[in-house]
Amino acid sequence: MIAIIDYGAGNLFSVKNALDYLGLENKITKDADDLRKADRLILPGVGAFADAMRMLNESGLVDVIREEVQKKPLLGICLGMQMLFEKGYEFGETDGLGLIKGCVKLMEPEGSLAIPHIGWNKLEKNEPCSLLDKCGDGEYVYFVHSYAAECDSKNVAAYCDYGMKVPALVFEGNVFGAQFHPEKSGETGLNILRCFAAL
Amino acid sequence: MLAKRIIPCLDVRNGKVVKGVNFEGVKDVGDPVELAIQYNKQGADELVFYDITASYEGRGVMLDVVRRTAQQVFVPLCVGGGIATVDDFRDTLRAGADKVSVNSQAVKNPKLISDAAEIFGSQCVVVGIDAKRNDKGGYSVFINGGRVDMNLDLGDWVKEIQERGAGEICLNSIDTDGVRGGFDIEMLKFVCDRVSIPVIASGGCGTIEHFSEVFEQTDSSAALAASLFHFGELTVGEVKDYLKKKNIAVR
Repeated sequence: MIAIIDYGAGNLFSVKNALDYLGLENKITKDADDLRKADRLILPGVGAFADAMRMLNESGLVDVIREEVQKKPLLGICLGMQMLFEKGYEFGETDGLGLIKGCVKLMEPEGSLAIPHIGWNKLEKNEPCSLLDKCGDGEYVYFVHSYAAECDSKNVAAYCDYGMKVPALVFEGNVFGAQFHPEKSGETGLNILRCFAAL
Repeated sequence: MLAKRIIPCLDVRNGKVVKGVNFEGVKDVGDPVELAIQYNKQGADELVFYDITASYEGRGVMLDVVRRTAQQVFVPLCVGGGIATVDDFRDTLRAGADKVSVNSQAVKNPKLISDAAEIFGSQCVVVGIDAKRNDKGGYSVFINGGRVDMNLDLGDWVKEIQERGAGEICLNSIDTDGVRGGFDIEMLKFVCDRVSIPVIASGGCGTIEHFSEVFEQTDSSAALAASLFHFGELTVGEVKDYLKKKNIAVR
């Protein structure tokens, strides 16, 4: 079972719809026991870093997540990916989960590119990562964000180019994070979710 | 860099897809969920459901259609028609829409744009505009499906939309809509020159060349079409193959 962590932020149903469509057993939950029973975790998120971290802390699930990622894969999506890092700088400095080294800052693309970065952009593969086993170099995925991770290239499975190199898919051991929305990225996104379920 | 988007629009009335010519003489052509699945398979980058009657008959948006589509189609969904309040935004997003398009009500109550952007984020606020050339050499904004002239200058309106935090503008030219002679290049240039948020070209597409024309001649981020796709004259895939040959970045 894949536990979709419900801490009060984000559109959980589009993730659930995608997993249901793929025939992958899943549950939207805020129950620590479900997280322990699950064989995989998904941390979604839409909104602002500080707010979402506050809600996640209040949910009491942070310690459980930290324990469980020692044993099972976790996929953070969009803001859920950003929260995997040590710090976020949206509305002041906020501690993240610290599961991957690095921080999250407002994007500063070259040229006069608009922020937020919204739309279909190309994945450019970097370090090998099993989530991209079914994905060719240059496939498009769907992004909606204004902040981006700054981290070591060794943790980046794929970048995308938006007037700067944006870490699009990151990983460290069992922990994976997609800055884009795999549940809104057509067949490419569904394939990434299939790979996550097959880990 | 971002791909140019091809967006099929499904005008919905009473749960069925319709397409009017200059908004008159509407005829029924199909089930919106089925069509959405077809378009997704063809490679549509986004889908728009537009409840064409809601803006003047007060009908709600087709939440059930949205819900069923969101279970089977995994690209962004935008829903418009009859959106008048922040609660309408919330209901529509909860049904599975990723973006909500507001048109007449935004003209009557521009604060709706800023309120929605603040609560749900700019990325989900699309402002649709129906505009037409006026006798002063400019463009005027119309509401209620192109029926009512608001004596509002298009240039002023698009700047206000951007300032209020909208994420995108969907520009429909009443002069070219349904006529199939091509997108309104002039009007699109006029708007793209005045805002930095993405502009979606709508109204007038009749041939495959019209798609390359709009991306080569304007800064539009996306092109929207309805009848061309759902009468099966062109598939989204054919349009994208054609654009690739023209060296226009598409997914």
